[in-house]
Amino acid sequence: MNRVVITGAGTVNALGGNVQQTLEAMREGCSGISQLEFRDVDRLSVKIGGQARGFDGARHFDSQKIVQYDRFTQLTLVAAREAMEQSGLIFSGELAETAGVVLGTAAGGINTWDDNFRSVYEDGKNRVHPLVVPKLMNNAATSHVSMEFNLQGPSLTVSTACASSNHAIGLAFQMVRSGMTRAMIAGGSESMLTFGGIKAWEGLRVMSKSACRPFSANRSGMVQGEGAGVFVLETYVDAKVRGADILAEIVGFSMTSDASHIVMPSKHGAARAMRGALLDAKMDMTDVGYINAHGTGTSANDKTECAAIVDVFGAHSDKLMISSTKSMHGHLIGGTGAVELLACVMALRDGVIAPTIGHEIADPDCALDVVPNIARNAKVKVVVSNAFAFGGMNAVLALKRV
Amino acid sequence: MSVEDKIILIIAEQGLLDVTDVNLEATLDELGIDSLGVVESIFAIEEEFDIEVPFNANAPEKSDFDISSVGSIVVAVEKLVAEQI
Repeated sequence: MNRVVITGAGTVNALGGNVQQTLEAMREGCSGISQLEFRDVDRLSVKIGGQARGFDGARHFDSQKIVQYDRFTQLTLVAAREAMEQSGLIFSGELAETAGVVLGTAAGGINTWDDNFRSVYEDGKNRVHPLVVPKLMNNAATSHVSMEFNLQGPSLTVSTACASSNHAIGLAFQMVRSGMTRAMIAGGSESMLTFGGIKAWEGLRVMSKSACRPFSANRSGMVQGEGAGVFVLETYVDAKVRGADILAEIVGFSMTSDASHIVMPSKHGAARAMRGALLDAKMDMTDVGYINAHGTGTSANDKTECAAIVDVFGAHSDKLMISSTKSMHGHLIGGTGAVELLACVMALRDGVIAPTIGHEIADPDCALDVVPNIARNAKVKVVVSNAFAFGGMNAVLALKRV
Repeated sequence: MSVEDKIILIIAEQGLLDVTDVNLEATLDELGIDSLGVVESIFAIEEEFDIEVPFNANAPEKSDFDISSVGSIVVAVEKLVAEQI
């Protein structure tokens, strides 16, 4: 069994165009949520979101490439380039033949779907661009990452709604740990901030029109974000031999299914996933100092998640710090676990716990230390990252300081 | 068909019930309609009456739209329909 470490990280999201900007914003408790800007936004009742506003694909890709890339692929590739540059890893020879990429996304190329449906249904056109299918397919981002970095081993896209990225990172972790491959790229992305994307979510009536306030008694629902988070995973030994800068070690992963309800979360499913990750990591629950919560800012999630944490950690839950960075970057759905993993790395490496911003009134059903509004300096040894998806699919990662 | 009759029909369909089993005093919970069923019922009401119902599933009790019983829904919808005219 190999030890698995992270040696590169990259991101684009509402808080910034790279990891440094994102972590600075998290430290400062900045919000990346603002008024949405896209076609027909006036016909939506929910008009806020965490758009990656500064991101312009044309600055990163030439015109021949960009016609192949939906926005979710563009965001992924830019994040992957940052992660690869930081890791210093080059995929060639035998390593290239065995290394791969696993990425999560829920809606894949929904911008492409949206634009082309509009074109054929609303505008009545009878012809679409020849590359619509390879642009919108959910594995497009994964494929383009494999091509750009010469990854010829196991590559796949995972789609488990809000848990997609944690599942993707966890699967890549298992592949490296088991010795199936020595290195993997993993993470996820989402770009669902389109008229159709938001309209679909409006239907569920769990979206806030004002702000994302996880664990706050006056919460009004979730706020969507967009972006990507990508990581380079490799064996501890390889990283040491290369003299790579190790950002953190992934030590545990667990997946469970609630098998109960298509949208309502289950305390038991969430608790079993957290317990499973600690068991897999061979860590005691008292080793854990910080949990990056799923923390969507919906009543159903927040109360269930806090109850699950208390269930797993018992008396130790009072000593834990728990925060939801969705309050700042929004809920990136299939990409969310990847961006949130950055907060975990910051906690382990820099000793800074990202806050839950927008927290105004304590909720007795969430009576835990949710690191309200202001980041905190604290040394933590082990952190846990939660992701609980619609459909009852849960994926929890455990990471350790190296 | 009155507003009341239409709402009873919508709720009966949602709860897989006979309309005679739906009375104005009943809560949606008693009729076996869960949170997802509530959201679906409200969608059906919006479509039927062409109205916008102010309802946030995160805090149903804080919404301006009272769903505490079938009767309260009828009153709330009648108000929204009247406001629209």
